[in-house]
Amino acid sequence: MIRLANDPQYRKVLPDMGTIGLEHFLMVGAVLFVAGVVCMATRRNAIGVLMGVELVLNGANINFVAFARYMPLGLDGQVISLFVIVLAAAEAAVALAIALSFYNSHLTVDVDRGDRLQG
Amino acid sequence: MSSEALIPALLAAAWLLPLLGFVIQILWGPKSSRTSRASALIAVGCIAAGFVFSLSAFVLWGSGTGWAALESHGHDEHGAAHASAHGEASHEAEDHGHSHDRDDAHGHSHDAPAGEAAAHGEEAHVADGGHDAAGDEEGESAAVDAGTGSLEVITGNFYTLARFGSLRIAIDYYIDSLTITMFVMVTLIATCIHLFALGYMSDELTEDHVDHSVHLPGGKHLHRPGRFYRFFAYMSLFCFSMLGLVLAGNIFQVFVFWELVGICSYLLIGFYIERKSASTAANKAFIMNRVGDFGFLIGLMVIWTWFGTFEFGTVEVDGAAQAGLFEMVRGDDGQLTVEDGNVILHGEGQRTIPYQLLVIAGLGIFAGCVGKSAQFPLQTWLPDAMEGPTPVSALVHSATMVAAGVYLAGRFYPMFTPEVLLTIAYVGCITLFVAATIAIVATDIKKVLAYSTISQLGYMMLAIGVGGWFAGLFHLITHAFFKSLMFLASGSVIVGCHHEQEMPRMGGLWRKMPITAFSMLAGVIAISGLAIPGTTIAFSGFHSKDAIVATALGYTQLNPLHFLLFLVPLVTAGLTAFYMFRLWFYTFAGKPRDQHIYDHCHESPAVMTVPLIVLSLFAAFVAIGGEEGPLAGMLKFSEPAGVSAGLTAGEPALIALPSADYIHGHVDAAGQLIPEDSGRMSPHAEAGLYALLVAFAGAVLAWLLYGLRIVNPAEIGRHLSGLHGFLVEKWQFDTLYDVMFVRSTRVVAGWAAAFDRVVFDGFLHSVCRGTVNVSRWDRKFDESIIDGLVNLVGDSVFTVGRSLRRVQTGHLRQYVMFIAVGVMALFVLLFAFAPR
Repeated sequence: MIRLANDPQYRKVLPDMGTIGLEHFLMVGAVLFVAGVVCMATRRNAIGVLMGVELVLNGANINFVAFARYMPLGLDGQVISLFVIVLAAAEAAVALAIALSFYNSHLTVDVDRGDRLQG
Repeated sequence: MSSEALIPALLAAAWLLPLLGFVIQILWGPKSSRTSRASALIAVGCIAAGFVFSLSAFVLWGSGTGWAALESHGHDEHGAAHASAHGEASHEAEDHGHSHDRDDAHGHSHDAPAGEAAAHGEEAHVADGGHDAAGDEEGESAAVDAGTGSLEVITGNFYTLARFGSLRIAIDYYIDSLTITMFVMVTLIATCIHLFALGYMSDELTEDHVDHSVHLPGGKHLHRPGRFYRFFAYMSLFCFSMLGLVLAGNIFQVFVFWELVGICSYLLIGFYIERKSASTAANKAFIMNRVGDFGFLIGLMVIWTWFGTFEFGTVEVDGAAQAGLFEMVRGDDGQLTVEDGNVILHGEGQRTIPYQLLVIAGLGIFAGCVGKSAQFPLQTWLPDAMEGPTPVSALVHSATMVAAGVYLAGRFYPMFTPEVLLTIAYVGCITLFVAATIAIVATDIKKVLAYSTISQLGYMMLAIGVGGWFAGLFHLITHAFFKSLMFLASGSVIVGCHHEQEMPRMGGLWRKMPITAFSMLAGVIAISGLAIPGTTIAFSGFHSKDAIVATALGYTQLNPLHFLLFLVPLVTAGLTAFYMFRLWFYTFAGKPRDQHIYDHCHESPAVMTVPLIVLSLFAAFVAIGGEEGPLAGMLKFSEPAGVSAGLTAGEPALIALPSADYIHGHVDAAGQLIPEDSGRMSPHAEAGLYALLVAFAGAVLAWLLYGLRIVNPAEIGRHLSGLHGFLVEKWQFDTLYDVMFVRSTRVVAGWAAAFDRVVFDGFLHSVCRGTVNVSRWDRKFDESIIDGLVNLVGDSVFTVGRSLRRVQTGHLRQYVMFIAVGVMALFVLLFAFAPR
């Protein structure tokens, strides 16, 4: 990505703003993504896992928007990120319903307790 | 409707009514009661209505032709008087002014080959190639007007079944006076026989009929439901077939009805199918007929190939007149035209047929007649056909089955070359002698009659063969009446004696059954040909047999080489009288031989005796007037052109046929006129005298042996045991055929079976074994390789799945780790190995 930003082909489309560029946005997105993944992998609480999912989605959103800004994609990036936000809302609703139902049957939201689907 | 259109319609109605009866009976009979006579009454009604239709066709035809056919045409002073006395023709008396003339009027006039027609006035009868008409030139010839010409032969088409190229398969009609005579004869006799059968078959009117001739294991007799309706259904079909055959307008149609007649006789002979003898006899009759029909088929093929038509007479095809077979072969003058071994065919185009092929066609058709009319060498089926009920025998022996053969031989006469005629004559000659000798020793009353039928059929064939077309068919009609009479009388005897058929156990029955005895006597006198000496006052058989013997004598005088053709029939005339009177004396005269049978014997009921009386009247008087009488006139009217003119040797064969004038002594062998007062005896008178003498001799001998019983005939039989045994064994014909055909066929069949077993079966078995082995290998291949591969795939997939199972722990966080690690791994791989 650094190479991409330094590529002379893209140099002219990049705004010459000195410090803030595409790389920074991508870095933030990557950090968010990794934080989300780590959160999903480590939290035993289902709510925590959901939060991790949100982090991952938003990390991806930042990437979309950043590419839309710095690359000749037009509005596609923004539109897709709007889709993702809507999807995330829907997913959160379903996931919270599952969590609630899970709590009703197990009296806990510990995801390690839900291992009925093992092979 | 003109009579030209009405006559075919009437005859078609007479023809189809029995079929209607058959259909009704066969559909409705099984549902009706076994004890009901209704279906039989339908059959009787149908055939009686058929008789009425035939008779009205006859009347219509007669009035259309001005009764010309019935007029005496000859040197006969009282012909007209006889004619008017005749039973069914009494209405013809109006018209005898025109006795001698009816040829020149109807556009058919031919050049008289002998120009002397004009020379000798009224009494001269020079045949002129036309029918048989006298050639006197008086002014009255116009009296029978031109309108009669169209009624002479009525041809036409009922329905065309199919057309293959130029081949027409059609239902046609060919109506001349012979057809009409046959129709009246067949329907009349069939009506009488149906009536008789009402009484004869009445023991079938039961739900539980016991057949005493069938012995079941355990000493029981067969019980079965009565088959009254079935009998009458078959009889109706039989009449339908025969009438169709007579009416047929083409030879193919004849063949179809020919086979129908055959199948009906098969069904009826095998009526008591449970009896082994009956089913065998039915098979024998059918198979023997197939042998003859094979020849018939060959004849058909030759005719079709070379003539291109099956029609007898001229018919309209697509608006154009197409010449029929007779026209093509004979032309107008009735003579064959032969050039370089080819026969020139008349009609459109210059067609010819090789003479030899015409001979083959004639012989082929005649072979069919041999089978159907039970001529030598196919005669053996007819005596066995006695296994059928007696009314069937009467029908088969007089009006239908065997009459068909003679009828066809007569109908097809124009197609026969002199060589074929000679064959026919010799076949008839052998047949009549062989059958008559066997009849002398037969003791079964029906067997005697059966052999006498064969013998009489031989006479008919002989007559046709020696050029006596009229004589043969004359005998056919008269014989039909007296033979059906005698069969019905024997049926009456059999019923009266409770199914006893052996004459040695009868005797003296005339006291018990006078009507049967005396009607039988009328038949016996008729068949024997007895007459009051010096006159021609006699029963019908005398006239017809006289005509045959006279023609035969004329023939042998012209062809001295073939003297047997006269000698054998003459001797056989004596034999005929002997065995017929033997039958009568054996059965009815003298003292009873078996008192038990005699005591239980009784006269038959009226339903059986009335047909006997009717038929005996006809047997006696149907030929009244002799060769100048009405019946003879009817037949002579449709005599093929050229028959009565005779044939001179050398053209086209070295055989001469006697002309009608020669037989009657008007001309000598060279064709010169003989004066009336020359005192020379005509062949006719000569032959008649001889025949009468031997007939009387035979009758007297029978009277001495069986009436007076001066010598015990059994003694004579013992003295001549060799000959007697030979005759009782029917000239060993059955044995001979058994050796020649049956056993040899069985040997060949054995070989064929062995060949089948060893070669064909062996080959098949080895092929099968090979297939089984190949299949076995194939199974192994399937099981090991194909199944193995499939199983291997399945097994490995299963194993992989089982090992992957452990990965799926159900822990959500672990899955996330897998995803993360997997993504990382993909990245690393991508960056490490992806090409830049």
